[in-house]
Amino acid sequence: MQEFLQLVVSGIATGGIFASLALALVLIYNAMGLVNFAQGEMAMLATFVAYSLVNRGMSFWIAFPVTLVLAFGGGIVIQRVVIKPAERAPVLTLVIITLGLATLVNGLAGFIWGYVPRSFPSPFSPDSVDLAGVFISYRDLGVIAVSGLVLLCVYLLLQHTTVGLTLRAAAHHPEASRLLGVQVSWMLALGWGLASAVGAVSGMMVAPILLLEPNMMQTIIIYAFAAAVLGGIESPLGAVVGGLIVGVTVNLAGSYIPGVGGDLQLAVGLGIIVAVLILRPNGLFGRAAVRRV
Amino acid sequence: MALLEVRELSVRFGGVVALDRVSFDVDAGQVVALIGPNGAGKTTLFNVITRVYRPSGGTVLVSGRSVQTIRSHHVIRHGLARTFQNVALFRSMTVLDNVLVGDHTQTRSGWLQASVPLPGAVAAESASRKRALEMIDFVGLGAHAERPVATLPFGFQKRVELARALVSKPRLLLLDEPAGGISHEEVDAMARLLRRVHTDLDVTMLLVEHHMAFVMGICDRVVVLDFGKKIAEGSPAEVQRNPAVIEAYLGAA
Repeated sequence: MQEFLQLVVSGIATGGIFASLALALVLIYNAMGLVNFAQGEMAMLATFVAYSLVNRGMSFWIAFPVTLVLAFGGGIVIQRVVIKPAERAPVLTLVIITLGLATLVNGLAGFIWGYVPRSFPSPFSPDSVDLAGVFISYRDLGVIAVSGLVLLCVYLLLQHTTVGLTLRAAAHHPEASRLLGVQVSWMLALGWGLASAVGAVSGMMVAPILLLEPNMMQTIIIYAFAAAVLGGIESPLGAVVGGLIVGVTVNLAGSYIPGVGGDLQLAVGLGIIVAVLILRPNGLFGRAAVRRV
Repeated sequence: MALLEVRELSVRFGGVVALDRVSFDVDAGQVVALIGPNGAGKTTLFNVITRVYRPSGGTVLVSGRSVQTIRSHHVIRHGLARTFQNVALFRSMTVLDNVLVGDHTQTRSGWLQASVPLPGAVAAESASRKRALEMIDFVGLGAHAERPVATLPFGFQKRVELARALVSKPRLLLLDEPAGGISHEEVDAMARLLRRVHTDLDVTMLLVEHHMAFVMGICDRVVVLDFGKKIAEGSPAEVQRNPAVIEAYLGAA
């Protein structure tokens, strides 16, 4: 039982990481109706920026917000420079652009920092705390706290501010929003900035667990896809719940299902994607897509 | 000077002429209907006025200023608002949030103020909520302000859209089939509501509508389009007697 609880708690911690990246995917999906395949690579690049800052002697807790601001700005620049020119192009064109962007960012990081895995400092103590016989590491608790805080901030921004309101409006109905005075194009850029910053959180939280290298996020993005699809791809809340479920499921499957540990955990993530798409294509929180014919 | 002047307006989509040198005025304080058989170009005209389409020729002036020189997200600041044929609401949001989007240009605050809850912004926001709730009351949906619009019947959704358009205090309101797709009783209620919009809120209206009794009941003037051309203009009674209009609707005898 204790082992089970420990696995659940560390599953929630990894789930928080998946949830952040899944939320980034959902933010872009809502704004443009497409999955940003470069989301993981953008997070990886941001993590390398944080790494460089920490390496130059900056404390992690200063490097963290600085990186978020840079990632936010970077997301806006990417939207303006790469996405906006193709705004009216078919979705498939945009999907290919994000795939190209992923390759480009991956290559760029490899060119600058190389492909040798580096250890990324964890800001949390490696010790564990004993909660009624269950040993929970401060690292897990720290990741849960940081992810939780970031997700809460995004929630408050989206649901309780005027910017969040117009952001949702622009994503939902661009034509009508424009006539109501919403600067739709800038709202899309803001969405990219926000997604990029939220994704960067997942990168900085996962880097101490994995090792930092240009391909670091390529498995994480699969779990994030699984989380986003499970949550219904267009629901921010769904992405968070989906992330936690995927995190815990993968962790438990790795320990209790013989043979799944290690590499096959990824198959569990992919299995979730396939199962959700077959059994419940709208996910847990998604709306059925209705099309007038 | 008329509030809205449509001058020799033409719109072509490839070889199809959707509007062919159409001209008419809407004076401040009037309620004008735009009627015509399906495909006559009514919605196209709305889309030119609100900057969705570019005209191939001619101009549209709002208070003497060409709409072509106004950026689409500034159209609302020039006192122009519209509703859509199939309602274009933010379906997952509540009635109140939908109307608040319509109000956000009234709160003059920048990005930072709008995202960080500073005291000034909080006061502006509560004023904004008050205006939105008043407008929701005005259209008779006071009891439903916190409901997601997707759960409301279509007739209610049309009124939400009306409230969203009105909260920006437009001088000219474009209504695309306000009586379309709703029941008999709702049509009468909508006519009464629009009369109050006209008299109580002092809003000039241009509306596209197929429901003739509705049009005759609330409009001062009617402009008739057929195949992109204006074929008649006048009071409701005049237009009803006009042989060209009868022919357009019923076909040549």
